[in-house]
Amino acid sequence: MLHRIRAFFAQQNVLEVETPIISKAAVTDPQLESFSTHYKNTEYFLNTSPEFHMKRLLAAGSGDIFQIAKVFRDDESGHYHNPEFTLLEWYRLGFNHHQLMDEIENLLHTLIPEKTRTFQRISYQKAFLSQLKIDPLNVTVNEIKHATKQHKIPVPQGMDNDKDIWLDWLMIEKIAPSFSKNNFTFLYDYPASQASLARLDSIDPRKANRFELFFGELELANGFYELTDAQEQRQRFENDNKIRVQRQQKTMPIDDDLLAALESGLPDCAGVALGIDRIMMLLVDARKINNVIGFGYEFFDE
Amino acid sequence: MASYSTNEFRGGLKLILDNDPCSIIENELVKPGKGQAFNRVKLRNLKTGRVLERTFKSGESVEAADVIDVDMEFSYNDGEFWYFMEPETFEQIAAPDSAMIDSGKWIKAQELCTVTLWNGAPLVVAAPNFVELAVTETDPGLKGDTAQGGTKPATLESGATVKVPLFIEEGELLKIDTRSGEYVSRVKN
Repeated sequence: MLHRIRAFFAQQNVLEVETPIISKAAVTDPQLESFSTHYKNTEYFLNTSPEFHMKRLLAAGSGDIFQIAKVFRDDESGHYHNPEFTLLEWYRLGFNHHQLMDEIENLLHTLIPEKTRTFQRISYQKAFLSQLKIDPLNVTVNEIKHATKQHKIPVPQGMDNDKDIWLDWLMIEKIAPSFSKNNFTFLYDYPASQASLARLDSIDPRKANRFELFFGELELANGFYELTDAQEQRQRFENDNKIRVQRQQKTMPIDDDLLAALESGLPDCAGVALGIDRIMMLLVDARKINNVIGFGYEFFDE
Repeated sequence: MASYSTNEFRGGLKLILDNDPCSIIENELVKPGKGQAFNRVKLRNLKTGRVLERTFKSGESVEAADVIDVDMEFSYNDGEFWYFMEPETFEQIAAPDSAMIDSGKWIKAQELCTVTLWNGAPLVVAAPNFVELAVTETDPGLKGDTAQGGTKPATLESGATVKVPLFIEEGELLKIDTRSGEYVSRVKN
């Protein structure tokens, strides 16, 4: 698998890079928890993805790059999650998110040809409209609550009035299960409130040029037509930390080096992170991620 | 009041849901890519024995059920209650049929069981994972048959019926997995 990945990128002239696992700054996303460690009494964090360092390379003029990286996410273990796992992350200059989706299709054709029959593409908005008759870009929390009643969707304990959390729940319960089984689906153009590090759509700024790739309902990859605006990126990081305060989570140190790199100029590019362990699961028809990871974390097992 | 956060959820953890004590059977993390995580949990209501499914937004806390597990020896069953004794203090309790779920058919006198007490009253009795029981009734054994052959029913001294290999004879002692209700092996005396 790793050999095939390297051969694929060698052919495309994409350079393999290696970046640090430990860093002083960390991801601010309230849905991601970093492991922390110490060096000379200073707190450091294990990366949840190599994207900040890789973007610094891009800004420094590296050109197209890829990396096969070990990443770490606290509090994530289950049938499809291991707190330590392997990401394939790559960036393509001059690509938008749709061109990058094309390349992902090509890569998967070479990695797991027996599994790649069709690739569907559907926008986040269209998926919600067709399954639930709600427009995720305009809907209010009350309308979502009404729709869950109408469609008899169970409501998890602990839901408040955070619209994105409701959308995430509908995503799990209704949208992802509607994707074609045993086929790949790209879901693209997420609501702007879930932009993460993607740029907002140039025509309709209510959505962001972010996508995820699924096999059946299993998520495999997340990608962006990358945000290059340092000012806007800083605001998003700060906003993440505000949400963290509201939710009584620890705030995270913002990566000023990344912001300086964006300031100096990140080339127009698209990037994606693909979960290698989950691709491996598809290849061998494994039911649990621990079946494809040597020495996987021992989570509760039936 | 003690409570558990979803990241402490694991099999066997006891919680209060809708005022009833429940035990977690299975806990699964679900997450839509980068978004909010949820815990999809399968639980057994320890009062009714019913299995239910609940979902929690990850990070939620749930009230802990004040239950304790005690190892007790089975004494006898008078048709209405099952009597157990704590082997060191000789304290006795009587468990109703409803607390036995499947356990009753696997145990004989002196079997050490796990009795779950809620506010001092027995909620659930769990038989050991493996028990050794003698065969009281089965068709005659077939000589020369190997483990590959078919199976036949055998009645055990506790009253349970299990499928056993054809070579098993009446009076033999068998090891049984009470969780699956399956024959494991013969026990050599």
